Amino acid sequence: MSKKKLVMIGNGMAGVRTIEDMLKIAPEAFEITIFGNEPHPNYNRIQLSTVLQGDTTVEDIIMNSWEWYRDHDIQLFTNEAIVKIDSEAKKVISDKGRKVVYDELIIATGSSSFILPIPGADKKGVTGFRDIQDCEMMIKTAKEYKRAAVIGGGLLGLEAARGLLNLGMEVDVIHLMPHLMERQLDPTASNMLKEELEAQGMNFIMEKQTTEILGDERVTGLRFSDGKEIAADLVVMAVGIRPNVQVASESGIYVNRGIVVDDYMQTSMPNVYAVGECAEHREMVYGLVAPLYEQGKVLATKLCGVETKPYEGSIVGTGLKVSGVDLFSAGEIDDDPKTKSIKVHNEFDGVYKKVIIRDNKISGIVLYGDTKDSSRLFRMLLKKEDVSGMTSVSILESGCCGGGESSDVATMAADEIVCGCNGVTKGTIVEAIQTKDLTSVEEVGSCTNAGRSCGRCKSLISDILAHTLGDKYDVAAKKTALCGCTTLSRDEVVAEIKQKGLTSVKEVMNVLGWKQEEGCTKCRPALNYYLGMILQDQYTDDRDSRLVNEKMHANIQKDGTYSVIPRMYGGVTSAQDLKKIAEVAEKYDVPLVKLTGGQRIGLYGVSKEDLPSVWEDLGMQSGYAYGKTLRTVKTCVGAKFCRYGTQDSMGLGIELEKKFERLDTPHKVKMGVSACPRNCAESGIKDFGVVGIDGGWELYVAGNGGTDLRAGDLFATVKTKDEVIELIGAFLQYYRENANYLERTSTWVERVGLDHVKEVLADEQTRKALNDRLDKTLEKYNEPWSETIENKEIKDKYYQKRDVPVLV
Amino acid sequence: MKKTLLTEYQSLPERVGQVFRVDGVEIVLFRLSNGEVRAIENRSPHPKGGILSEGLVSGEFVYCPVYDLKISLTDGKVQAPDEGQVKIFSVERDNDQVFIVK
Repeated sequence: MSKKKLVMIGNGMAGVRTIEDMLKIAPEAFEITIFGNEPHPNYNRIQLSTVLQGDTTVEDIIMNSWEWYRDHDIQLFTNEAIVKIDSEAKKVISDKGRKVVYDELIIATGSSSFILPIPGADKKGVTGFRDIQDCEMMIKTAKEYKRAAVIGGGLLGLEAARGLLNLGMEVDVIHLMPHLMERQLDPTASNMLKEELEAQGMNFIMEKQTTEILGDERVTGLRFSDGKEIAADLVVMAVGIRPNVQVASESGIYVNRGIVVDDYMQTSMPNVYAVGECAEHREMVYGLVAPLYEQGKVLATKLCGVETKPYEGSIVGTGLKVSGVDLFSAGEIDDDPKTKSIKVHNEFDGVYKKVIIRDNKISGIVLYGDTKDSSRLFRMLLKKEDVSGMTSVSILESGCCGGGESSDVATMAADEIVCGCNGVTKGTIVEAIQTKDLTSVEEVGSCTNAGRSCGRCKSLISDILAHTLGDKYDVAAKKTALCGCTTLSRDEVVAEIKQKGLTSVKEVMNVLGWKQEEGCTKCRPALNYYLGMILQDQYTDDRDSRLVNEKMHANIQKDGTYSVIPRMYGGVTSAQDLKKIAEVAEKYDVPLVKLTGGQRIGLYGVSKEDLPSVWEDLGMQSGYAYGKTLRTVKTCVGAKFCRYGTQDSMGLGIELEKKFERLDTPHKVKMGVSACPRNCAESGIKDFGVVGIDGGWELYVAGNGGTDLRAGDLFATVKTKDEVIELIGAFLQYYRENANYLERTSTWVERVGLDHVKEVLADEQTRKALNDRLDKTLEKYNEPWSETIENKEIKDKYYQKRDVPVLV
Repeated sequence: MKKTLLTEYQSLPERVGQVFRVDGVEIVLFRLSNGEVRAIENRSPHPKGGILSEGLVSGEFVYCPVYDLKISLTDGKVQAPDEGQVKIFSVERDNDQVFIVK
């Protein structure tokens, strides 16, 4: 039997999910062609706001890699839009003139941002918030400009606004209505949300209609209907979405707001279907992922010739992905004479809950500040459960004592949906837990997809784990055990090493009864660190218990090549070193030479077998840009050249880097030295940040510019640089001795408290003892690159690839 | 079935992968702590690809150095909760000589 030809217009979440569902039911039935007008494979559009907010990268939100399309023999044309469907000849024609014949055609063109039709909307700096390109444009703009205006105080607008704040912009949110998210929240919850977001730095301009975008080529501001104006360098339109129906309507398919489909997603044209945000079903166009996946499932089943229940529409719940805001809403929002509602408003804790009940059934939910009950209430709403026998307390409180929660999970039917986004049932999750020995929410996610889109159901998954595994699932215990190989916590392991005098990774695992005899990627590097920390200069490092970067003394790139970043103390270099770097880059045809964030030069794309000779030709030392150790000490020019500089920042920076380089630490450590409070070396977001002031230095600690963005705390103000070095040494050693492996100073200080550390280090004797242990430890290190160059055994063991001649 | 001589057993360090280029394919030999030798293709089954030779070796398993998948060196299977399969080669030893058979 020859395969049917399936063509899909659109390469987004709903469409590709439909294809995935089809491949599961009938993997060999179709020859599939997909056209997408973006240059990317299918990505998780819901997570765009987290990309904008800096929590993930574009790479991380790709859901189907290029290989996925290849592995399933799917012909994918990206950057190519379909301009015409010829229903007579059953073929589609692309904007590049390509013609492809179909037996069945799916339209999954999604939607676009609705751009207000007002003067100036086409100016540079005006964008929607819908795709990766919009996101990249905003990120780029934020680097050059300062003032952003977001038009629309709905879900998308607020997520965009939060992202722009994270990018360092000043953000005005303009909203036409008196309340934010008025379609999801009642006035009380809306006001609470507004207060929280104002505290986060958003500025709201309510009840204003934008009538014109000002500026010449580029936007400079907005004008409202009352004649008032504000300044803006970037305007994000987030007033709604518009289904992409053009190609359908021009090809003669019946279109209303969206492409009109029946309960099996069939359009008015034979063999043509529509799914996702472009489709209109029973006068509803959905913009959230769960209903779109439900549609996809119905369509996939039907196309594969299997009988299926019709799609009958969805009730949707909404959350907001903004840190510090916990809200959920579904169904009705406002009371009317026929509804009765249960309300709890705890102003002190900032919690508001409203459950609207109509005819003894839940018809609406608004939760703010505490959304633990959301999955359960939403399920009761969907199932139209009769609540007349329940007390208001049992409706609202899922039980803070635990018992309530598990019985709640226990009474769930196996076919009940837990993860609405991905349509995963309780039964599927329980089966996966039992057959695949899963023990964590993350594992359930990677096995079943549950919890991987919006993440709202994670607490419910955790409850199901607890219920299924019983005593074996101990949330607290799981958190503290070093890894799955042992039940011992970090502190217990460290105590055992000291008490029993253990001296090697192997011995620790042996004596302490490791379940997996030779350990895993979590415990081996951690044990190697703890042993080195405890035994100081007496410990022989176990190189093979280090992970790839530290083992190879270079940073592995995704294609298996490495980056080489030589030490450049304090970011100060010389003509001679620059020449050497240039020569090496040329000689080895290095694909990328880049200035790093730590004021150095990186050579990227060096193959492993070239590493030793690259290092030899450079004749420079390792910059340890790959290690859990001191990375760099960033410095500003300082008093030597700068007219504002009050101190020799370069001098101190170089001294610090020379003293502490190569030291193993629980996680990477970054330092910065600025010569004045203008802080050009960004001392405020370093593990150790030093700021020169007139007649002295300020020392900031536990700052972080990365995942856990945190401003450093002022630890001390001292007169001399020797005092700075002594304090950093003591602090660093105390951190080395007490933090968990892979715990940055920022999270460590948050955990133990800055006052506690201050108290310990206030004592001069303690500081001296810490510094003594640190200095002793520092004695053991050798420069790793020169060690490799001189040692053939190391070269052969780690850096060779052998060619095997093929005998013919 | 073709036997290809790769190297001498003595040249294989314990628990550190060694890469051999055979016919345009990279094959990694792992000498385990029990003395056995295993051979797999130097290609991570993760959708984003990558290599396996620099992975941490534990017993009969290697961990993908970039994505931390746990891979059996006996049958090439990626361990739960992840999924996937790495190509493995059978290894034969004749005194000090190590061959792969394919």
